[in-house]
Amino acid sequence: MDMNQPAPSNALDDNRQGLMGKPVDRVDGRLKVMGKATYAHETQEGGQPTYGFIVEATIAKGTITEIDASAAEQGAGVLLVMTHKNAPRQAPWGPLTAPDRFARSTPQLADNRIEYYGQPVAFVVAQSFEQARSASRLIKVRYASAPGEFELAPNLAKASKPADDAFQKADSIVGEFEPAFTAAPVKFDATFTTPFHVHAQMEPHATLAYWKDSRVIIHCSSQLLESAQKAVAATLQIAPEQVRIISRYIGGGFGGKLGIYSDVFLSAMAARVLKRPVKTALTRQQMFHVTAHRSDTIQRVRIGATRDGRLTAIGHETWSHSARFDNFYESASAQTRTLYAAPNRMTTHRSVALDLPISESTRAPGESVGMLALEQAMDELAEQLGLDPIELRLRNEPTMDPEQGIPFSSRQLVACMRDGARRFGWAKRNAKPKGTSEGALWVGMGMAAATRGNSLLPSKCGVALDKAGVLTVRMAMTDIGTGSYTVLTQIAAEMLGVPMSQVRMLLGDSDYPETPGSGGSFGAASAGSGLFDACTNLREKLARKLGINVADATFEGGRVSGAGKSATLTSLVGKVGMDAVGEIKPGAMGKKFSQQAYGAHFAEVSVDRNTGEIQLRRMLGVFAAGRILNIKTATSQATGAMIWGVGAALHEHAVVDPRYGYFVNHDLAGYHVPSHADIPAIEAHFLPEVDDKANPLKIKGVGELGICGAGAAIANAVYNACGVRIREFPLTLDKVLAGLKS
Amino acid sequence: MKTFTYERADSISDALRAAGANPGAKFIAGGTNLLDLMKLEVEAPAHLIDINRLGLDQIEPTADGGLRIGAMVRNAELAADPRVRKNYAVLSRALLSGASGQLRNKATTGGNLLQRTRCDYFYDTARPCNKRTPGTGCSALQGYNRMHAVLGTSEQCIAVHPSDMAVAMRVLDAQVETATAKGGKRFIPIADFHRLPGTTPEVETSLQPGEMITAVTLPPPLPGRHVYRKVRDRASYAFALISVAAIVDASAGRIRSARFAFGGLAHKPWRVEAAETNLTDAAVGPASSNVAADRVLAGARGYGHNDFKIPLLRRTLRAVLTEA
Repeated sequence: MDMNQPAPSNALDDNRQGLMGKPVDRVDGRLKVMGKATYAHETQEGGQPTYGFIVEATIAKGTITEIDASAAEQGAGVLLVMTHKNAPRQAPWGPLTAPDRFARSTPQLADNRIEYYGQPVAFVVAQSFEQARSASRLIKVRYASAPGEFELAPNLAKASKPADDAFQKADSIVGEFEPAFTAAPVKFDATFTTPFHVHAQMEPHATLAYWKDSRVIIHCSSQLLESAQKAVAATLQIAPEQVRIISRYIGGGFGGKLGIYSDVFLSAMAARVLKRPVKTALTRQQMFHVTAHRSDTIQRVRIGATRDGRLTAIGHETWSHSARFDNFYESASAQTRTLYAAPNRMTTHRSVALDLPISESTRAPGESVGMLALEQAMDELAEQLGLDPIELRLRNEPTMDPEQGIPFSSRQLVACMRDGARRFGWAKRNAKPKGTSEGALWVGMGMAAATRGNSLLPSKCGVALDKAGVLTVRMAMTDIGTGSYTVLTQIAAEMLGVPMSQVRMLLGDSDYPETPGSGGSFGAASAGSGLFDACTNLREKLARKLGINVADATFEGGRVSGAGKSATLTSLVGKVGMDAVGEIKPGAMGKKFSQQAYGAHFAEVSVDRNTGEIQLRRMLGVFAAGRILNIKTATSQATGAMIWGVGAALHEHAVVDPRYGYFVNHDLAGYHVPSHADIPAIEAHFLPEVDDKANPLKIKGVGELGICGAGAAIANAVYNACGVRIREFPLTLDKVLAGLKS
Repeated sequence: MKTFTYERADSISDALRAAGANPGAKFIAGGTNLLDLMKLEVEAPAHLIDINRLGLDQIEPTADGGLRIGAMVRNAELAADPRVRKNYAVLSRALLSGASGQLRNKATTGGNLLQRTRCDYFYDTARPCNKRTPGTGCSALQGYNRMHAVLGTSEQCIAVHPSDMAVAMRVLDAQVETATAKGGKRFIPIADFHRLPGTTPEVETSLQPGEMITAVTLPPPLPGRHVYRKVRDRASYAFALISVAAIVDASAGRIRSARFAFGGLAHKPWRVEAAETNLTDAAVGPASSNVAADRVLAGARGYGHNDFKIPLLRRTLRAVLTEA
């Protein structure tokens, strides 16, 4: 099945069992609360495990001049110490231009060069974790340190334009931005900064690896199993079939598990040397350097408008960093290409190579920090124009994608803003900063739009109906805590007209049919559509078996009925069962229609006039993201994302010490994410929407939408409360106080 | 973590004997700080003496109307004690503003006093730190020092003491009761218990080798409103940027007496009694509060990222005195 045409009416539209949209509890919820949904590190398999511990470089750039592991090798229980002197041969890193950057060869301990702080320089394997960790301290490393560059701002002159690829182009231009901006009667021009973020998943990266004959079995925490399989194969120079990746349950991804990291490669290599299973978990502190982070950004937003608030020019320029050996950049200008109408438009991205660990996708890469800038800019412009922020957006609502000139597949930004304003009580907002007080507190309201690109990727699926009427589904898909198991079970049960309890949803194993995995909010759409196709094919086989045309068939209550005939599924499949495969391929719909999910955020905050402390008091989001498969899991996704938006606005900040080129606050005591006390009641609502251009399920990605714009709504509320406009995230009390003084 | 030996003491004398027999040993109570530091090898004691079975877990009235808090009384228990809540509310509030429910269930009164700074550089053995490894230098002076001290600093160390509880005890004029290595008993005024870094930032308290905290004694209750105002970067589970523990006795816009101690400013809970005397019989308002703040902040200096603490302290003290 491909998406070259809008999806016709189908069984999910009929929704005979009512499972589409139903607030079903997570099918794995019970296992999770009982501690039986085991993560990679908890897996017992392949025999008595040994334990690995990574030794990190304590310089950011240079070379190892001497490494002495003799004391560690004598440590109690130590089985192996691997350094660049004895590490197995691996393929060189890359290639840089690989179409799947997560499938690249990623050699470990390859030579004596240090390219980033925390780079593994040795790997100790012992009979216990404590022995391995203790021995790791005995390894003596001498370095020749070289000067490195670790900061964006002082190195902007060295920024370069990233290469365009199939997914993304660095720059875009429509009309003539500069003259239009210069001529605009009302102008906004300001620069925003966002800091380094880390993914801060609950489950640290961890691996259990063992070899069986010539095949390595790896339990790890991976969002993308196929990419992980290819990366291990490429690195160890073996065939992909010789690598099996298993990630049945994952304690959060957020982009930080799109790729796999040193724990996987080192464990696989050591297990091969030792002929024993090797288990390695990164410590929380190690995660900051051994894995990835989101780059900080510098963003300049310029908007020109007429006096009645029609945009004539909009420009968004972003600078971010790539690790010196890599090419990833933060696409924070991207949403500015589609969000508001303006005849003259310009977006750019520039990248600065720094000697830091690798930057990566983090929680809605691009929009989540891009919207912090763009949506504060719109708020500032609305104030300049004397317009309500919603009214400014209404006046610049495009009828077509303003850059590509193609229609939107569906777009309900206006409806989201109107519905949200009504629910939130936006009309009560006092537009004047410092206009509302409660004792020592100023109280303010802010809003922002939400948008996140929608996508569909190729995905396959296998389904099999057995004699007992159990439908087994196999996909190399992952559930990173989002609810994949649950929504996929709902789709399968609805398609075949069986209860959810009759569906066995097998995910998290690279031996199953290929899917794109979880990431970029494409997981449910892609894997779900592959599943839809497999179920469609199975329905056809069943109808044929019954001797009717599938167009006349209904599937309900474990029966196929139509054209005067009816039979149970079990009688049709008999003792041998029946299976089918399916596959979704993206098609012309993705090019003919501009596809995004939309929403609107509303926030109320207080600011303490004495201390500058900001407290979120309430927050509400209204979203339109196609058909909602499960209102309960979708709402959890949305509110969770909004909480990350609170973190991005008020708390999260990984601080680089430029003397050493490392993140100083590399633990969760120093890197703040919101605590319960920071989060009041948060509401998320979804508007009815069905998008037949997106995929046969008619859904759009919902995972990341809730963070996009959420932090900007808070920043706008802070301004409305206390009159201080902070363009440097996170909004901390010292910045409020500095603003109050001036 | 380095390999260590472990024993469980059954009595105070048992614990003191074990400490005498194992120079460099550490007492372990709740372990909420020590174990973290041991995992990172910031602390690497060769021997641990577990004092969880010594009793020392009672809160008892003293003859003069005060309260004696056993060293092993858990933070959660102390915060919830009705006598503490009624007569020493500043202490209860300070305790509840710190850590998390789980940590407060485990952490003890004595251990809280002895917790070590949360300076990021102290926690990372790859960095110079005079407190962790004397003579290596202070990374925070020229580094990321948002959380660091603005008072009582030295060129060797600008770390702050992280405790909230100790700040409240300072304003209450508590006394730390100890058992000395030789089996004697000592009372150390809380003002003298924690030290400024000077040239020996590794020496944080006036405890002698082998000496163990057995209790903290509070003097009789003081009249006035008890306030613990903690200003931090998130609403819970964050160390103070600054904090104010205050007991203010005021009515009709006039202050009868006021006393206040501060957290997040220095290597120890900070208190300037002279600033309090000034407020006796003063009118509530910015003028009197500014005079007090001037005295408290005499000699204060920022190190870059923490410059904001100085105006923040001034504003927060004014708010506390006005609201009280």
